[in-house]
Amino acid sequence: MKTYQLPEVKIERDKDRCIDCQVCVRQCAFEAHKVDEDGDVYSEDEKCVACQRCVSLCPTNALTIKDNTPFVKDNANWTAETQKYIWKQAETGGVLLTGMGNPKPYPIYWDHMLLNASQVTNPSIDPLREPMELRTYLGSKPDKIDIKMVDGEPVLNTKLAPQLMVKTPILFSAMSFGAVSYSVCEGLARASKELGTFWNTGEGGLPQNLYEYGPNTIVQVASGRFGVHSEYLDAAAAIEIKIGQGAKPGIGGHLPGEKVGPVVSRTRMIPEGSDAISPAPHHDIYSIEDLSQLIYSLKEATEYTKPISVKISAVHNVAAIASGIARAGADIIAIDGFRGGTGAAPTMIRDNVGIPIELAIAAVDTRLRDEAIRNRVSVIAAGGFRNSADVIKAIALGADAVYLGTAALVAMGCHVCQMCYTGKCNWGIATQDPYLEKRLNPDVAAERLFNLVSGWSHEIAEMLGGMGLNAIESLRGNRLHLRSIGLSTEEMDILGLQAAGSPMA
Amino acid sequence: MKGRIHRRNISGCGLAGMMSEDGRLMSGEGIIRSMEVLHDRSNGLGGGFAGYGIYPDRQDHYALHIMYDDIKAKEMTDVLIDEWFEVDAEEVIPTKRVPGVGKAPLLWRYFVKPSADFNECGVCEEDYVIDAVMLVNSTVEGAFIFSSGKNMGAFKAVGFPEDVGKFYRLNEYEGYTWIGHGRFPTNTPGWWGGAHPFTILDWAIVHNGEISSYGINKRYLEMFGYKCTMLTDTEVVAYSFDLLLRRHNLPIELACKALAASFWTDIDRMKAQGKKVADVYEALRMVYGSGLLNGPFAIILGHANGMVGLSDRVKLRPLVAARKDDMLYIASEESAIREVASGLDRVWNPKAGEPVIGELKIPVSNTDAVRELEETVA
Repeated sequence: MKTYQLPEVKIERDKDRCIDCQVCVRQCAFEAHKVDEDGDVYSEDEKCVACQRCVSLCPTNALTIKDNTPFVKDNANWTAETQKYIWKQAETGGVLLTGMGNPKPYPIYWDHMLLNASQVTNPSIDPLREPMELRTYLGSKPDKIDIKMVDGEPVLNTKLAPQLMVKTPILFSAMSFGAVSYSVCEGLARASKELGTFWNTGEGGLPQNLYEYGPNTIVQVASGRFGVHSEYLDAAAAIEIKIGQGAKPGIGGHLPGEKVGPVVSRTRMIPEGSDAISPAPHHDIYSIEDLSQLIYSLKEATEYTKPISVKISAVHNVAAIASGIARAGADIIAIDGFRGGTGAAPTMIRDNVGIPIELAIAAVDTRLRDEAIRNRVSVIAAGGFRNSADVIKAIALGADAVYLGTAALVAMGCHVCQMCYTGKCNWGIATQDPYLEKRLNPDVAAERLFNLVSGWSHEIAEMLGGMGLNAIESLRGNRLHLRSIGLSTEEMDILGLQAAGSPMA
Repeated sequence: MKGRIHRRNISGCGLAGMMSEDGRLMSGEGIIRSMEVLHDRSNGLGGGFAGYGIYPDRQDHYALHIMYDDIKAKEMTDVLIDEWFEVDAEEVIPTKRVPGVGKAPLLWRYFVKPSADFNECGVCEEDYVIDAVMLVNSTVEGAFIFSSGKNMGAFKAVGFPEDVGKFYRLNEYEGYTWIGHGRFPTNTPGWWGGAHPFTILDWAIVHNGEISSYGINKRYLEMFGYKCTMLTDTEVVAYSFDLLLRRHNLPIELACKALAASFWTDIDRMKAQGKKVADVYEALRMVYGSGLLNGPFAIILGHANGMVGLSDRVKLRPLVAARKDDMLYIASEESAIREVASGLDRVWNPKAGEPVIGELKIPVSNTDAVRELEETVA
């Protein structure tokens, strides 16, 4: 069938610069660049996904990828995108698939919040001269501690639940081996160790060679139970039960058989070449009490030595659900907003289901405080954190820490072309093709991740000191250091914020 | 009255405190002189004091000091007080006209005990009193209970502290601990209730500084049922001490370590040296992190059994301490101590976050702990 879809980008090749070296031809797994029988290189716009790999590697800067959104006559309703989707489905009869997080122009609440700083009445603190503490403990805390005096020395008389200690309130979000390449996992694991934080296996299991990074690893138990066995649980610092994911709340996952090579097969404990299908719900969790059973099964299996996290996507009733999860015995609740990424999701679900993480953090923190159970759980927020300002605002709203997924991938080279589900990632990230995968050097990946999180941590320390605070816990849930700009009163109410310009209170 | 103070005050200040660990009674004249020296640290928009041991004849009663905007506020409050308490006596707080102290609200004090049936509420006596105080302060327009401890009282007004002390005739009272405060607010609500000390039960706080962590301290305390009605950061300090010392039974040193926590580098070093107490400090920070008072402050806490001076963890506000015989002095400036005591045994600058603790040699038995002990013995 002839396609009616129009090319969305235009590849411009400056013939004065191009030396026909064919780097672009070799780099593009989507075959947008070709060479003719005379050795001349040419391009086919309709195949280009705008991942910018060729542009980055072209030795003579001969290539430019330009927006070529088709012209649509006079219509805000039947946009080029709308028409493209219809043509695609008219030609295939399938479900529209995509990758990464929700790209739609919904309000980004981070950009409607402004941070505070000290002037005169309290001095700002310079992190280059004074201690500035970002250390955070994730896990359940008691409401109080008991002290007994032994020989005049205070001794703890309260047994504390297991905790994850992070040197900076930034962790790497769940991304499964299979969806991402081994090099990505290794880069994340090594960077986590260097940074004193944690990475998360997602539902893909823990590759054997990465067991040495167990102390910096959160392992996931998801509905497919891929790669879950006792050594896997024992190796980890914490265990996360994945209920949902921000990019596709309410549905499961599907790793196509082509991505299941020998190592993925071994790690996930499924036959080579078979599809790995995660059901939408866990088939042993149909209620909150079922969840509680799984939480305590995992605690029993690991002898109460590790915190158990439960990850949910931010949906309309997130606050009540979070409260239930806290009462079901979870130590940590991870909430993934609708901008959270994915390796593959139905486009309609990614773009239309769930709520922004900003509102979810505020609603959950408020609810847990209203019920006086905020101490019982830590809250990790996820879903589209773009920079250190987003992170510090999330903490001021009430999160204990954040998960980075997309930002970590971008640090490693991802250009957010949203073609993860094709397995043809030219950056060696969302692929299992050995030829593509070796493009990502784990040494370089680890270093880039380390640099990114170090840079953000410095910025957080700087902003914290500016507010006159020297410990991150003094900002956590401290919404008086945020002011809103350009929001409705309902939104301000949910976020618990006052308008910029309103006096202190 | 509360309608007038919509916004949280931030202010600079001067403070002083003195106590006899032997429990000797001293007239309030000394603390007035001490505060007079610190005149320039305040700007006439608030001064106040608290004295301990001042009501020996009614030491088993809660002394409620209340300011009323008008007689209607008193009538409404009296209904609540009669409902919650048995009133032994009520009287106008004696004052005298002093230049520098303007028009006063109606100032009353009541000596009360909880109603006989308070036990049916299933809360301990102190929580019952707190509930009553918070009820009046958050619901009765124009009424404000500014002191609610036993055998102690807070006295405060808009004015310079030395004038406020004379206004309340503090030289006619005798106490074993006195603390005083002069305000330099950066806005001018001009409300008498906004002056320090802030009190709940017998905890009285005078405070110089700004608690930048106020937003989370407040939300943290709200989880334990405290209502921060006065919109001042000083209020959260008073409630924090009540929570940690009375309700959670932490020793004073550790309560101070929760509010002005050790740095992680210090805790890590202690751990490396094998000091077990490091585990306690780590747990305090994990569990009470939201209670950490962050930002510049120096405070003096008065309570039935003593007095505590504490500065923030990097000491961004001044605090000096001195001892002579059974006396402990704490003040913003050394001059305030020298004014009232000569031949001091020791004068020192407490380190950042390190509490200065004065304790009565024979404690007053009005805390839960002592009462429990007595019950066990009985």
